[in-house]
Amino acid sequence: MIWDWDFALRIIPDILRGLGTTVIATFFGSLLALAVGLVIALANRSDVTAVRRSSRGFAEFIRRTPLLVQLYFIYFVLPQAGIVLPPLLCGVIALGLHTGAYLSEVYRAGIDGVPRGQWEAARALNYQQGQTWLKIILPQAIPPMIPAIGNYIILMFKDSALLSIIAVPELMSMSRNIGNDSYRYLEPLTIAAILYLLLSGIAVLLLRIIESRSGMARLTG
Amino acid sequence: MSQFSDYAWMILDGTWVTVKITVVASVVAVIVALLTGVARTSKFFWIRLGPTLFVELFRGTSCYVQLFWAFFALPFIGISLTPFVASVLVLGANVGSYGSEVVRGAIAGVPRGQTEASVALNFTKLQRFRHVVFPQALVAMLPPAGNLFIDLLKLTPLTSLITMSDLTYNAMAVRQQTGSTFIALATILVGYFLMSSAIAWAIGRIERRASRGLETGPRAA
Repeated sequence: MIWDWDFALRIIPDILRGLGTTVIATFFGSLLALAVGLVIALANRSDVTAVRRSSRGFAEFIRRTPLLVQLYFIYFVLPQAGIVLPPLLCGVIALGLHTGAYLSEVYRAGIDGVPRGQWEAARALNYQQGQTWLKIILPQAIPPMIPAIGNYIILMFKDSALLSIIAVPELMSMSRNIGNDSYRYLEPLTIAAILYLLLSGIAVLLLRIIESRSGMARLTG
Repeated sequence: MSQFSDYAWMILDGTWVTVKITVVASVVAVIVALLTGVARTSKFFWIRLGPTLFVELFRGTSCYVQLFWAFFALPFIGISLTPFVASVLVLGANVGSYGSEVVRGAIAGVPRGQTEASVALNFTKLQRFRHVVFPQALVAMLPPAGNLFIDLLKLTPLTSLITMSDLTYNAMAVRQQTGSTFIALATILVGYFLMSSAIAWAIGRIERRASRGLETGPRAA
């Protein structure tokens, strides 16, 4: 038989350990991406032309170059500048920067989506700038962003497989190692693929539920 | 100096391979997107089922996992693909699956009245699709399709991991031979950026062309 069940069952614990690292990378990558995206989105709205131009140019450059090459750049070039980081951190930085450049556009769309009248009303009611953002703009801007942000995080979860190239012991890396050691690639790679499929599928379902909830909160709130 | 020209040739050679993969995989992606996208607008469950499963399978895992699976696991079931064939099939199917959603959405977005009008004018089903629904859907497909072609280009460095000597592969070889990591990686980052920008520019032109006829149509009103 082509598929060896004994072998498949034996390697599952190792592969699951890799999954833990994948989840950690995705979690911290998401946090970084949310922060990077916000910084870029705010810089894109800056009154200073030079800031606006350079942040837009930076985000565009990140969006138009491959994640793998960015990962290589961070992993191989930074040490030459005297900055030696552990592989997992390099991976988190690459994932966070790449996804953050996309999230900046999500933030922009969300903020632009708040009607002009809301800004004007806040000014008419004598709200300060901080209050305007926290109490008027963001509560209206964030719920419509949730589906898009969630989609990008799910993409990041799947893309985190690339971290195996810089020897981060995550899901894909574990399966590849098992394949290299045993010369059997079918079982480990298939199990890894099924795990990605399963988890991203569950994440999509959860996202739909959150989406419908936040939609309701917006209507009643 | 002659060494420098050797390295320049390696970069150019790699660029050519990257362009070849991108073009052939784009053709595969367009075919996959159109076939599955149109099939998924069918009212018959059995016609929708296959394409839906196909698309979800390719969207649920990352291109990197799929590429490894096609190259290392498929031979165990008796299917051995050359690196180039594996690359263009996987990249094409992956990006085509995302494109499928674009095609489906664009067709669904053509106003109902257009279909009704062509029924009233006694068009056959095929005429209705070819002359009324599809040309209008095509205009809506172009902007997201442009982003997908850029995504496809950005996936091509993954093929270097299954021994394709593309731009990334050759740049890493140059890096190893010369030790100038920064120059090698910065060069290809700029190279990919220029290629992505060329795609964005080309799609922008095609978009303007395709929407020309519609300016006098209902959309302008």
